[in-house]
Amino acid sequence: MSVFIAKRVLTLIATLIGASMVIFLVMEILPGDPALVILGVDASDEAVRALTKELGLDRPPVERYWSWITGLLQGELGNSYAYKVPIWELIEGAMLITLPLAVMSIALSIVLALVIGLYAAANHNKAGDVTLMGISQLGISIPNFWLAILLIILFAIELRWLPAGGFPGWDEGILVCLKALLLPSLALATVVGAILARITRSSVLEVFREDYVRTARAKGLSQRATLWRHVLRNALIPVLTVTGIQFSALLTGTVVVENVFHIPGLGSLVLKAINNRDTIVVENVILLLATMVITVNFIVDILYAVVDPRLKAHDI
Amino acid sequence: MSLLNVKNLSVILATNDGPARAVRDLSFSLNKGETLGIVGESGCGKSMAALALMGLLPELSETRGEILLDEENLLDKTEAEMCRIRGNRLAMVFQEPMTSLNPVHTVGNQIMEPLQLHLGLSESAAREEALHLMDRVGIPNPEARIDNYPHQLSGGQRQRVMIAIALSCKPDVLIADEPTTALDVTIQDQILELIQNLVQEDGMALILISHDLGVISENTDNILVMYGGAAVEKGGTEQIFNELVHPYTQGLFAAMPKLGRARTMRLVTIPGTVPDLINLPAGCTFTDRCPIATDICRNTPPPLEEIEPRHAVACHHLQEARSRKTEELFS
Repeated sequence: MSVFIAKRVLTLIATLIGASMVIFLVMEILPGDPALVILGVDASDEAVRALTKELGLDRPPVERYWSWITGLLQGELGNSYAYKVPIWELIEGAMLITLPLAVMSIALSIVLALVIGLYAAANHNKAGDVTLMGISQLGISIPNFWLAILLIILFAIELRWLPAGGFPGWDEGILVCLKALLLPSLALATVVGAILARITRSSVLEVFREDYVRTARAKGLSQRATLWRHVLRNALIPVLTVTGIQFSALLTGTVVVENVFHIPGLGSLVLKAINNRDTIVVENVILLLATMVITVNFIVDILYAVVDPRLKAHDI
Repeated sequence: MSLLNVKNLSVILATNDGPARAVRDLSFSLNKGETLGIVGESGCGKSMAALALMGLLPELSETRGEILLDEENLLDKTEAEMCRIRGNRLAMVFQEPMTSLNPVHTVGNQIMEPLQLHLGLSESAAREEALHLMDRVGIPNPEARIDNYPHQLSGGQRQRVMIAIALSCKPDVLIADEPTTALDVTIQDQILELIQNLVQEDGMALILISHDLGVISENTDNILVMYGGAAVEKGGTEQIFNELVHPYTQGLFAAMPKLGRARTMRLVTIPGTVPDLINLPAGCTFTDRCPIATDICRNTPPPLEEIEPRHAVACHHLQEARSRKTEELFS
């Protein structure tokens, strides 16, 4: 187990170094001068040059990359070019919205997926199964921003149960904030939940055909006990893989839904930063997202080993 | 009164191509302490017959006839009642030890499961009993092995674990479906001997299913030869090996490799393949592969006729089958 984790930690560090280089390189290639965008097209060459020097953008790229990385290691992200405030403040606020939103969405998806997937598998090819799989196909096909608008119309405008958008801030109390995040997470969870439900169903059905399930039945376990004790854990392995991928996608892909609900999350932050050519903010946010995605993969890999004892032996 | 009495058992499986008659009119009985061997090629219905006894046939399949265990018909039992019988009074060892154990549970937990389920043992008592069972089935160092996962054990050891699971609640009848087919030859004898010894010690009845006449001849009291889902010959093991009657039984025997045979001689085979269970021929199912078949075989199914007490054969041409030598029929 320790070898397994050590190997994974090394991979994680190597991936992060690679990711930071790619991110920096892409931002270098990206056309548009931050100083020019901040000052506007009418600014004099001198003013632009002065600002470029002030922002430190006249230094060679290798030097700037080095100071970015060493700054990161010391916990010093620097200031935003556009807003002149510490980048950490911008990221912190946004992350405290996006992270709970992603967690809520994935939690909702998992609950949806397990309930629907298990029910459908238990009623294989019966009316309930066919209906649920039809609905889940619909769930996968619907664009989440459109579903978000429908949810706003129903729950915010017609029923007036939940706010139509915006985020009050965590100081206003947890309950109000969770209420504000409920509709967006529902919009996100529908698609993810539908995907996971289908995978749960097919995985459970596949495991039900395994020889060891027959052994369990031959011991005298009921169908239900067999499902809980022998099928579920084996069936979870592929579900876990896709859950990890979907959670990563949620962390980085909430921008559209964030915009529909006017929530200032990481997606909105990075979009604004790109428009402002606030390259240093973009670099840091993207590296943060990359870190989160890699960490999620890392956790999923460790969970594999927890679920499936064969993996420890192979020390993958 | 027999312990297990199977009367006219038929199994019809639902397949994509239509209903398949996997077992037809199978009847046999088994007393306490007796061993019955069921022989036949792959696809002759022997495994399906075993699964029918356990009530574990695939979904949508239909079972007819009677399976009387101590005079009670298992086919009348509810699923909940069957759950109390399976693993408790009727137990089964399967062919594939590599895939028959759950990879995510320790072997100890898998042995303890029926003990806790049927005998209501506490966790610690079940663990003690599991250690004892592992010792009984010849797994060295049970204390170290009990917390192992199946992938950490060899095929032979896994089959020993399967046997420990099957024997855990001292069943009345043990069904062993090709228990050694997937194992090395050196291990095969050990496992068969183990099953024999344990069955004798506990006085249970054994149904040993195999395609290997050698295995059957050494380990059984009675034999049932199956072909195309039905019994073609049955009788005492000695009776049958004294006189192989049905052309199919003779073919099976001729197809066994023998020591001392000249190297240049080819192994004997029965021409053709097993019949399609969905479109079974109207008469004897062995007609197409039988060297002595005539028109009557094609059109009329032969009844099982006793040729001596307890020894019955289903063949229209008993006289000819008995007078011809096996080497003449299949060469």
